[in-house]
Formats: sequence, C-alpha cells, structure tokens
Amino acid sequence: MKLFVLTFLNGLTLAGLYFLVASGFTLVFGLMRNVNLAHGSLYLLGAYLGYEVGDRTGSWFLAVAAGFLTAAIFGVLLQILVFRRMEGQELRQTLVTIGISIVMADLMLAIWTGETYQFEPPDWLYGGTPLPFVKIYPTIRIMVLVVSVLVGVALWLFLTHTRIGMMIRAGVDDRGMLSASGVNVQRVFATTFAVGAGLAGFAGVVGGSALSIAPGEDTRYLLASLIVVIVGGMGSVPGAAIGALLIGMAEQFGLAYSPTYGVVYTFVIMVAVLAIRPQGIMGRA
Amino acid sequence: MSAVADTLPRASPQWIRPVLSYGIAAVGLVIYPLVVPDFWAFQIGAQSLFLGVISLSLMFLGGYGGMVSLAQMTIAGVAGYLIAIVGGNSLNFGPAWPWWAAVPIAVAGGTVAAALIGAISVRTAGIYTIMITIAIAVAFFYLAQQNYTLFNGHSGFASILPPHVFGIDWRAPIPFYFLSLAVAVLSYAIVLYLSRSTFGVALQAIRDNARRMRALGFNVSAHRIAAYAIAGSIASLGGVLLVWFNSRISPGTIDTGPIFDILIIAVLGGMRHPVGPFLGAVIFVLLENFAIDFIDRERFNTLIGACFLAIVLFSPDGVLGLWDHLVALINRAGAANRMFQRPISSGDRTQPAATGRPIPGRR
Repeated sequence: MKLFVLTFLNGLTLAGLYFLVASGFTLVFGLMRNVNLAHGSLYLLGAYLGYEVGDRTGSWFLAVAAGFLTAAIFGVLLQILVFRRMEGQELRQTLVTIGISIVMADLMLAIWTGETYQFEPPDWLYGGTPLPFVKIYPTIRIMVLVVSVLVGVALWLFLTHTRIGMMIRAGVDDRGMLSASGVNVQRVFATTFAVGAGLAGFAGVVGGSALSIAPGEDTRYLLASLIVVIVGGMGSVPGAAIGALLIGMAEQFGLAYSPTYGVVYTFVIMVAVLAIRPQGIMGRA
Repeated sequence: MSAVADTLPRASPQWIRPVLSYGIAAVGLVIYPLVVPDFWAFQIGAQSLFLGVISLSLMFLGGYGGMVSLAQMTIAGVAGYLIAIVGGNSLNFGPAWPWWAAVPIAVAGGTVAAALIGAISVRTAGIYTIMITIAIAVAFFYLAQQNYTLFNGHSGFASILPPHVFGIDWRAPIPFYFLSLAVAVLSYAIVLYLSRSTFGVALQAIRDNARRMRALGFNVSAHRIAAYAIAGSIASLGGVLLVWFNSRISPGTIDTGPIFDILIIAVLGGMRHPVGPFLGAVIFVLLENFAIDFIDRERFNTLIGACFLAIVLFSPDGVLGLWDHLVALINRAGAANRMFQRPISSGDRTQPAATGRPIPGRR
C-alpha cells in the first residue's frame, strides 16, 4: 500500500512537471502548426540560466523569474527571426527546430559541461510534509504539484477570459478566419510563443529544483511533451493535463513495478490512443 | 560547351546520358578503394556508403511517400541488436547462429518493426509523422538503455564481426568497402526501380493528394505501410553493416544524435533523388573526420547543426538543389548569349507534356 501511494504521488508530481512543459508545446503546435522540437532545449536553457541567476543573487524566486523570462525572450526571437520567414512551411519549420536543438544542446554542453546542477530552494521547501500512508513526502514535490495546478488554472483563465486568449483559441480552430477578421496574427503568434517557451523555461527551474539539471534532460522532456500532445490532442490545454497525468503515472508505475520495461507503458498508451482516437483524447478531428 | 549543349539532345538517344554517368560512377567507385589508403576506403568510403543506405530509406519514405520518418536509425538499430543477439557476441548471449541465418533474421526483424511503426504512424498524416516516429525512436532508445535482460542496458553488445566467407575476412578494409558498395548499389537500384513502378507512382500520387487516391479506390494506408516495410528492409541492411563496422552496438548507437544524423544526411544531400543521401553521407563523414582540423572536436555537433540549418534555410533541396540551381544559372547565361537562337532546354522540356495533354474539343 505504501509503495502504491508513494508511486501514485510521484506520478502526480511528475505529471505536474510534464504538464508545465507540454502545455506550452501544445499551444504553439495548435496555433502555429509548428512542432517545436527545440522545446526540450528551451526547458534546459531556462534551467541553466535560472541556475546562474539563482547562484549570483541567492534568490530562488529570481531564478524562477529568470528561467521564465529568458526562455520567453528566446522564444519570441525564434518566432520573429526564423519562423515568421517560413510561414505555412510546416516541415521546414520543424527541420529548423531540429537544427536549433542540436546546436543548442551542444553549446549548452560547452558552457555548463556535463555536470549535474542542483538548485537551492528556500528553506521552507526543504524537508518533508507529513501525509497519510507514506508518513512523509518531500515538500518540494508537493510544491511542483501545487504550482502546476496554479499554472493550469491561470492558463485556463488566460485562454477563456482575456481578449488575447480568445484570439489564441480562435486561431487554433481557424487561423485564416482569425487573420481575415482583422486581428494582427503575428502579435498573437509572438505572444503564444513567448508564453509557451516561457513555461518551458519556468518548468526548467521548478523541475530542476525538485530533481536536477543535466545534459540529456532536453531529450527527456521533449519526449514527454511529444507523447503528452499526441495522447492529449494538439492545441488543447485540458488535453495536455490529461495526457500528462497518464504519462506521468505510466512512467512512475512502470518504474516501480517493472523497472526495466518502464518506458513500454508510456509507449502502449500512445499506441492505444492512436489506434482508437488518432486526433488525441481532447483533439478535434 | 555551348556546342555540346546544342547537339547532344538531338544527336544521341536518351539512354546515352544515364549510361555514361552511371558508367563513370561505377568505374570510380570500384577503382577508389584500390588507389586510396585503407583509412579512406574503410573509415570514409564504407561508412559513407552504409550511412547513405540508412538515409536512402528515409529519402524513399520522405521523397516519394511524403512521410519524414525519424525512426529509420531505430529500425537499423533493431536489425543491429538482432544480429548482435542471434549472431554471437562477446557475452555469449543468445544462440550465436552463422551469418546466413543471422542476417536474414536481422533484416526480417527490422522489416517487421518498420511495418509496425508504419502501421502506428499512418493513423495520422503530415507533421504528426515526425512527432510519432521521433517519439517511437526515443522510447526505443530509453528501452534499450534501461533493459538488461534483452538489450544488456547501457553497455550493449561488443565483438559483433562480419564472417569469413570464401576465405575472405569481410571486415578487412577493402572487402568491407565492397560489401557496403554491393548493399548500396542494391538498395539504390531497388529504390530507383520502385520509384518508376506502379507502386512507386501510386505512392507519389498519395504524397501529392491522398484524398483523391482514396477516392480512386487505392488503399492509401496499405501503400504507406508497404513503403515503411520496404524502407525498413533497406535501413536494416544498413544497420547490419553499421554494427559490423563498429563491431558493437549500444544505446548510444540509436540515441537522438544518430537519429538526427540520418535526417541531416538526407537533407544535406537532397530528398528528390536517391543519389542525394549518398552525397549527403559523403559530406557528413568528411566533416565528421576532418572538422577536428579547424574546430574543436567536441563541437562537431554545433558545426553539423549549423550546416544543417544553413541548408534548410537557404537550399531546401540540399546539395542536389544547389547543383540544379547552378545548372540553371549556366543555362540561363548560355541562353542569354544566344537570345536570337531557338530556346534550348525549356522548349524541349515542355513539348512532350503539351502533346500528352488531351486537346479540348476534339473527340
């Protein structure tokens, strides 16, 4: 029972982290049809730069803000300097993001080497919190869960209750119609890219605090984002939440109950969804 | 130069040019390993050939089928792991069957894996193909890395060597070069033949308009899955050579780096013609071996990534596209010199197409 509850909690917190990364990915994909395969690199970039800021200033909150901001700025630059020049050419955009991810991974390895970095979160996040069944559970993991729920709610409010959020949703459904009705689509694109990339950088600092940051994490979170979006359906934030829950649980239960075949669970979920509902659980045909 | 351009298309039948260029290429490829040092035959020549074969499978899927699959290295890896497990390795894991049993099993296994990947990814189309195939590829990498009962985890398998047949050690540089050349020529011929067969034409039509082909009664999914299986056989052959070349396989062989390398090679060379992947492979292998001379060895990925970005941004058809561009420039310069003469290439090219079209109003 204890193993089950512990695995469940681990799955839940991992799902929170995956949701943070994948919600930005799904928004960008849904709106711009741009499969940003450099999304994992944005996660790692946010984490490293957040670490540098946290290390210099000693403030974990500044590190979180820096992670979000630097990734967001980088995302906007990508959108303006690269993707705007090849609009409508989905395959070429995707190839460009692959090129960028290769170069970024290599340059980050050059700057921050292969070492593993650990953040220093505030004291009240250290230690454990008593919970039923498992006696004590790391506070920082509970924080990850709370933060991801808060971000999810904020994202939902942003998409449903603000003007720009309405534009983003309209753009996901029909881009042509949105620009025909006089909306500056480029600005909507840039905003979405900023939010999506920023969330990846934000998740980098939050995830790096709960776990750690090292080269190779970019691939891990890219894979998670891809599967979450395939399972949840593109462009859907609730879909990303459902997908993240399924994948986070599958990974943790796989690890706990059949360690060497853990990734097979994730894979089976993806295949099952593709067989039954190719557009994803919350995706529209 | 201008005299040749003017007379050649008229004076000689159409088959002269391909026969000439293939003849020159064949002679060059056969003489090459005999005149260069072993390093150039083995490290550069053979490696370019089998990397070209694996990329050719991607070119076949992407160029003719419109399906850019990033799982081709994974399929090569499946074949590689199979030959390591059934064909004998340093751990004495598996049955250690002779090559004539192990190689067909490896290729068949790779083909089945490819057909399964195809069956999964043809459920969706377009940009989703990349997402699904990369997810499959990375998932397989993690499986190979964390599983010790079948894949021997992080260290993989070592001492997987090609056999001695007819008294020849096929891992010696020159025999291995010719082995790779034979596989490359075979794969190239298969792809070229298929591209002109009924199946290949249907595949290209599906790439251009799947809905219309479905309406015409073609089984679009079956065509796509068959294309995946064929590409899978080719990638598997390349995978067997890759493992024999390295004499080992580990999760690093199928990590994201090599997965992307196959795409880089195909895009560098150009995906419009089967010769593209081989050109791309030569450029890639040369860069990989000699980049150390002008940039830190550790930063090879930055260099190759930047080359890839430059090609994607400025010449979407790769080196082949650059070549066509150059030919067009020369033709235009030539045409400008002879403005008063009859237009050469453009006129010749549009003529048959125009006569082939039905003339409206005539029954």
